[in-house]
Amino acid sequence: MTSPIAPDLTAGRMPAKPRAGIWRRLAKRRLALLGLVIVAVVVAGAILAPWLTGYDPNEQMFDGLTIEGSPLPPSAKFWLGTDLLGRDLLTRILYGARTSLIIGIVANGVALFIGTLVGVTAGYFRGWMGSALMRFTDLMMAFPALLLAICLAAVFQPSLWIVAMVIALVNWVQTARVIYTETSSLAEREFIDAERTIGASAPRILFRHILPHLLPTIIVWGTLGISTTVLLEATLSFLGIGVQPPTASWGNIIFENQTYFQAAPWLVFFPGAAILALALAFNLIGDALRDILDPTQRGRA
Amino acid sequence: MSGRTEGGVPQQTSQNPVLAMTPDRILTITNLSVSVRGEEGSREVVSNLSLTLSRGETLCIAGESGSGKSMTALAIMQLLPQPAARISAGTVHLGETELTALDERRMRRIRGDRIAMIFQEPMTSLNPVLSIGRQLTESIEAHTSLSPSQARQRAIEALKAVRISEAESRLRQFPHELSGGMRQRVMIAMALALEPDVLIADEPTTALDVTVQGEVLELLRDLQQKHGTSVILITHDMGVVAEMADRVIIMRHGRMVEEGKTSDIFARPQADYTRELLAAVPRIGSGAGRQQSKEIAEAAMPANVAEVNDLHVRFDLRGGILGRVTRRVHAVEGVSFSIAPNETLALVGESGCGKSTTAKALAGLVPYSGDIVVGGRNLSGLGRDERKAVRRDVQMIFQDPFASLDPRMRVGDLVAEPLVIHGIASKEERRERAAALFDRVGLSSDQMELYPHEFSGGQRQRVCIARALALRPKLIIADESVSALDVSVQARVLDLLKELQREFGVAYLFISHDMAVVENISDRVAVMYLGQIVEMGTRDQVFSNPRHPYTKRLIEAVPVPDPAQRRSRFARLDQEIPSATRRIGEAPLKLALSDVGNGHLVATEG
Repeated sequence: MTSPIAPDLTAGRMPAKPRAGIWRRLAKRRLALLGLVIVAVVVAGAILAPWLTGYDPNEQMFDGLTIEGSPLPPSAKFWLGTDLLGRDLLTRILYGARTSLIIGIVANGVALFIGTLVGVTAGYFRGWMGSALMRFTDLMMAFPALLLAICLAAVFQPSLWIVAMVIALVNWVQTARVIYTETSSLAEREFIDAERTIGASAPRILFRHILPHLLPTIIVWGTLGISTTVLLEATLSFLGIGVQPPTASWGNIIFENQTYFQAAPWLVFFPGAAILALALAFNLIGDALRDILDPTQRGRA
Repeated sequence: MSGRTEGGVPQQTSQNPVLAMTPDRILTITNLSVSVRGEEGSREVVSNLSLTLSRGETLCIAGESGSGKSMTALAIMQLLPQPAARISAGTVHLGETELTALDERRMRRIRGDRIAMIFQEPMTSLNPVLSIGRQLTESIEAHTSLSPSQARQRAIEALKAVRISEAESRLRQFPHELSGGMRQRVMIAMALALEPDVLIADEPTTALDVTVQGEVLELLRDLQQKHGTSVILITHDMGVVAEMADRVIIMRHGRMVEEGKTSDIFARPQADYTRELLAAVPRIGSGAGRQQSKEIAEAAMPANVAEVNDLHVRFDLRGGILGRVTRRVHAVEGVSFSIAPNETLALVGESGCGKSTTAKALAGLVPYSGDIVVGGRNLSGLGRDERKAVRRDVQMIFQDPFASLDPRMRVGDLVAEPLVIHGIASKEERRERAAALFDRVGLSSDQMELYPHEFSGGQRQRVCIARALALRPKLIIADESVSALDVSVQARVLDLLKELQREFGVAYLFISHDMAVVENISDRVAVMYLGQIVEMGTRDQVFSNPRHPYTKRLIEAVPVPDPAQRRSRFARLDQEIPSATRRIGEAPLKLALSDVGNGHLVATEG
């Protein structure tokens, strides 16, 4: 009896190998490949920055400004122009990629991890623990994130890693909220009851059966989080509690220069485009990963 | 005989001679095809279907899932899911009007006014945030020029017509305040308020309990006779067909397999498929394929695999400002039974009677009070690890095979998972065992690499059975495990369950609302009502000599798949089944069971 939803099984199709090279299957999708290339370029740029450019990121060059003292637009000498202090913008963006990658990946990753852990625990176990965790999450949500970040940054000495942790502590709440809702509806599903009747333990149910279903959500929040965290770092830098100048980050390049946007648009455009490209790249990879890892999508368009 | 014009004279395209000849015909479908666009191009779900419907006639369209019967109904209403499905060929004439040619605005005027439709799920087809009155008057006002107060009057009349008491005050109620049967009656009232020419009822009683089903069917029949409405009744239940239909169309894979008068179809089915379908329908009184109901003495000889003693399950409802427990749902109240090896005990009753909660307590899914003894060990006295070990002996098969398998796991892994959890066998052995189980339940071991969504409903239920068998349990709880399956699949799964019982000596706690299925598979039967067992005995005792009035009503309410035995009156409910929710301190009266001979236990009133 084949229903219209279930395909006919009489056609003996070869079952595809599941993990037969996630990389290869990613590379087969053109958009995911584009994402991978962008990420690779950014990572390579960050690592190879000293060899890629002849300038020092913090060197204020005399010929980097006009006689009147205004920054130079892109030219053969300064490919992406110079900033207000006569520093080479390309060099600063390349070095800034180090900061932004750490913030966007580490801080965002930690935030995602905390959020998922809190959300899954609260959503599956409910009871007083679930209530306590979620009320705490609501409290964090209601508390102005920036104020919290300022407090935390004031307590600790500002450094890149402290900034990353501060951002993680501020950013996990949205993820926790969303994951909580999804987990609690998943926990009501009949197959979870079925798992319990065969004696599956709570960790097994959580990690083997609930977490895979949360993957799409986690991926979406992860990619969204990259741009959010990079920009939050910029805000913190702007307020003087983020990455300390003269160290470059994409965010603080934008913030240093935003008031001159009309006179020198390249100063905002290039770092902005870099953030956008990185977020987009992760988004493309995330989308493709979600489809590849979802067996129910197999054989469907 | 239907709409097929002979000869194919080209001039006749504008005027259909069949329509002109028979003014009695209210609805004519000619060569209707519906196609659904999917990933692999478009696929026909209804092919070349022609039918006619006369005034005052009841036409049943019967078939199993995927037969295209619901698509046909939606095509008539022009409500096919957009944009995937569309009518690819054919015409639908309502009187003289060609419905497929109408635009949406004109079609809207016909819907509700001249053709009305009732859907399967009364829970979801009413808007939960609007009162009954609002929803009833809305459609009346949309199609007539009645004033709001006149529309209200009309709505009250419609509710009275479907035998809803206190119609005036009901208008202010919201859907969640009504029971399923009541809601379906409201839907019928809405559908019939404007006295349509045609009423399409798509599985109108499938989601209802049998006793309520009888009542709703009877109501439909009465109203039809009073108003002369033509009814298209879509159902998978041959019992309903036999009770209701004047004429039957059997459909399969989008095609009409057979058409004829109800008595002819049941007495002399022509097509092979119709014969198979009728043979697969479980019937009360046949006890097909089951050995003589075992004698109590013989069954009680070995130690029981499970004993349940004075089981209570109550859910607290909190209310008030302080969130204190103000009311309790007494889901299970003092249920006791035992199951011997190799025995099938059926637990029957209607929705809300506590049968599924009993199963969940036994499977360790809900907290309970009372004693559950499995294999001689009382579960309440054990630690966590010991309980896990004892629970190996009790496995469960759920109702919905679509929902009870993790969609992201391969079925092979799902079947082997119980072995992994309990640390049995090496990886290689587990694979072999899983493969053997696949073969045993009628699947091929090649299919182990597939995911649940790649199987049909019946195959998925086989996967669930294989999974339940993996630990070699002594008791399998089957909670409505065949209810969601088509009859032909149902019959085969039931046969498989019986075979496995003979082979492994496993006992079943078989939970069902379907008396015919229960009669087919059970050795002993326990009837539950409002959380308590009202009657328990061997299958023969309960079915041939039902003592408790509720048991009698349950058995009588089952529609018999034989038009010759059509009843003039269904067993009618005197009142709604009372709620199992009670205030604190108002414990329900405990029924005492007394033996009326040979272990046949019946609750005594008072």
